[in-house]
Amino acid sequence: MTNEVGTFVVKKGLAQMLKGGVIMDVVTPEHARIAEEAGACAVMALERVPADIRADGGVARMSDPELILKIMDTVSIPVMAKCRIGHFVEAQILEALGVDYIDESEVLTPADEANHILKHNFKVPFVCGCRNLGEALRRIGEGAAMIRTKGEAGTGDVVEAVRHARQVLGDIRHLQAMQEEELMAYSKTIGAPYELVVETRKLGKLPVVNFAAGGIATPADAALMMQLGVDGVFVGSGIFKSGNPARRANAIVKSVTHYNDPKMLAEISRNLGEAMVGRQISSIPDQDLLAGRGW
Amino acid sequence: MPVGAGKVHFMKIGILAFQGAFLEHQLILEKLDVDAIQVRNSAQLQDLDGLIIPGGESTTLGKLAMDFHMLEDLQAYGSQYPVWGTCAGAIFLSKNADRKQPLLNLMDIKIIRNAFGRQVDSFETDLDVPVLKTVDPNEHPFHAIFIRAPIIESVAENVEKLASLSDGRLVAARQNRWLATVFHPELTTDDRFHRYFLEIVKSK
Repeated sequence: MTNEVGTFVVKKGLAQMLKGGVIMDVVTPEHARIAEEAGACAVMALERVPADIRADGGVARMSDPELILKIMDTVSIPVMAKCRIGHFVEAQILEALGVDYIDESEVLTPADEANHILKHNFKVPFVCGCRNLGEALRRIGEGAAMIRTKGEAGTGDVVEAVRHARQVLGDIRHLQAMQEEELMAYSKTIGAPYELVVETRKLGKLPVVNFAAGGIATPADAALMMQLGVDGVFVGSGIFKSGNPARRANAIVKSVTHYNDPKMLAEISRNLGEAMVGRQISSIPDQDLLAGRGW
Repeated sequence: MPVGAGKVHFMKIGILAFQGAFLEHQLILEKLDVDAIQVRNSAQLQDLDGLIIPGGESTTLGKLAMDFHMLEDLQAYGSQYPVWGTCAGAIFLSKNADRKQPLLNLMDIKIIRNAFGRQVDSFETDLDVPVLKTVDPNEHPFHAIFIRAPIIESVAENVEKLASLSDGRLVAARQNRWLATVFHPELTTDDRFHRYFLEIVKSK
């Protein structure tokens, strides 16, 4: 009876345990404690939330390991951290720190504009962003054990998260209506591994857990994404850029459980203080959009 | 043979659906012809023959049970009916999780959270589970998946030890109507633990 670690089953399994939950961006141990007490199922440890990365400009990199370790010491729930797209050494460092999940994230400045990390080489699981089914399956092909739709991080505008979730889930519905003969040509069209296209068609959903991210700021936003058909949500700037982070965090957690119950959502949404101010996507120049990073 | 013999479709099992892997349990139960419902409020506990508390984050489960004012109703339910907790669910079912967090405080076990380390230490292994013979005479091992798993550090005298790792650490236990597994049968296609729980439900 030998123990096998780092298998795809255990990587994917942790994401299955996060379903129906909210993963929150935190920049200090104090934020992490607030998130855990509010009912977050995991936290994302980083130096700046996406709204500040966007405002500050410059190159955004992996966070200081010291900060990540302090956050890991503070909470008992899983701790995730971000590395740059293609920066496999940042990923090696995060794995050595013992983080529970790595987000190979477009929120940071990409280190490689052609290639993503070969995630099968790691024992720690990865989550990656996507805008459509082809992108999701390419990431899974590289070893991602969890997917999130990209949305547009740091805006508080849910429109891109909706667009990407509708695209991925719509692509899957389209795939299910196809005949078997058409699958190879479709794989070629969307640039995805054939075997994963076949598997997705059979399952009627992605072969790994699929969260929404990028612009979720209210309980109603979170419930909207859940009703569209994702398994859970990431909330970045939406919590700690709001008037009352603890209250809003808890409300978003509750809204993901009761996403299908408008009466509960009405109750949950009451009196939360100011939401993050946000920026309309349409006011952001194309070259400043993050979702186009990665391929 | 009477109609429906061997089938269990007259049972109705709830799965606590606050957060976590509730759908995986539901799909296995439905394959076994059991009426399985997702439980998000106290009214849904009425007329259930048993309850499963799935894996997820135990702090999230506890927090939501408090927020939704369901902790007492779940305790009252569990004091009368069979409850099975997997991983976070097992923690929630216990009387002692070695730290301050809301618990159902039902089963006389002490659980240590994240006992194997962090996610990179999560693992799969084969377990010898003699009691599964009662649902399947084939004594093949149970392939168990441990995700940031806790262990059952100690148990009261009347708690039955069902399975241990090769180093002796206890990972599955039963006390009368309560069943605790720190691994995830719902992530496999092996339904023997589900059938075992249904036998407990039937016997109560």
